[in-house]
Amino acid sequence: MAKVLVVTSGKGGVGKTTSTAALGAALAQTGKNVVVVDFDVGLRNLDLVMGAERRVVFDLINVVQGDAKLAQALIRDKRVETLSILPASQTRDKDALTPEGVARVMDELREKFDWVICDSPAGIERGAQLAMYHADQAVVVTNPEVSSVRDSDRIIGMLDSTTERAKKGEKIDKHLLLTRYDPARAARGEMLRTEDVLEILSIPLLGIVPESEEVLRASNLGTPVTLSNPNSAPARAYFEAVRRLEGEKLDISVPTERKGLFDWLFKRSVA
Amino acid sequence: MSFLTSLFGRKTSAPVARDRLQILLAHERATGEGQSDLLAKLHEEILEVIKRHISVDQDKVQVKMDRGAGVSMLEIDIEVPELKGKPVAEAGGLS
Repeated sequence: MAKVLVVTSGKGGVGKTTSTAALGAALAQTGKNVVVVDFDVGLRNLDLVMGAERRVVFDLINVVQGDAKLAQALIRDKRVETLSILPASQTRDKDALTPEGVARVMDELREKFDWVICDSPAGIERGAQLAMYHADQAVVVTNPEVSSVRDSDRIIGMLDSTTERAKKGEKIDKHLLLTRYDPARAARGEMLRTEDVLEILSIPLLGIVPESEEVLRASNLGTPVTLSNPNSAPARAYFEAVRRLEGEKLDISVPTERKGLFDWLFKRSVA
Repeated sequence: MSFLTSLFGRKTSAPVARDRLQILLAHERATGEGQSDLLAKLHEEILEVIKRHISVDQDKVQVKMDRGAGVSMLEIDIEVPELKGKPVAEAGGLS
């Protein structure tokens, strides 16, 4: 049975697209059939972060409007064969996404894939609502920063009221993914701690992705971070997050870069 | 610096990002203001011509694109059923 997962946040720039790419690739790297779907009509970027920007022929709106078949619009990843991307339209009006059309495409995607991961646009408007409407699970991407936490709270409220599952009186599994986390600053009291965010939002924690140079490097290269540097701290955070999505019970940790002897000694002396 | 990066076998990523953006934006800017993407247009018209002669099942049409800096590739694979003597239509190397 396919699972539909929405990656959402309310606030822009917190790492939805990066996380969609990384989670999608990490799931596909375990052999699961995964499609990542860009719902950000007019401002698509998932194709760019995934390195597929030169290969886009058709998009989600073409499929929704019946101008192209789903199979024609899906772009198969060149690195992981079980990973596909369905790009958003760059030019069309976002009103071209009709609820019925999206429902039809989602049904078709459910048949083809194990995981359907929807990258939500920022905001709480139509695009964000359509992206979350069919979700069975949600990953709420949050930065340890006041405006991000507030917007996440708003999005959690929407997940519980405006989605198909909510309307049927069913539960939607919500997970918190804390990104751009700096454990040192949190320890010094300069940044909201994980416990603070969890207490405020009170949804279970899926993972903590530390602030890392590797994330920018991955997007520069057009390669999800779990592929560009699987041993890096953010990649390990995403791999762990994916294991939790698959139901494994793991203790939450903040992955750190594996550094040389000097760093190790330095860390010891600080601890 | 280049010595160091070659020593550790790691290229910097920003030049890759710059090149990717230049190629992408060159294509996107060219397709702005009412002008439709040349490749998209070719794709549409090629299919139109083919449909004029044979009925094509949309499921049997595969279109691949690769927009490059100097050369772009448009590849159209059409599975033609029961056609006598004619090869599958294919167009490639259109810049």
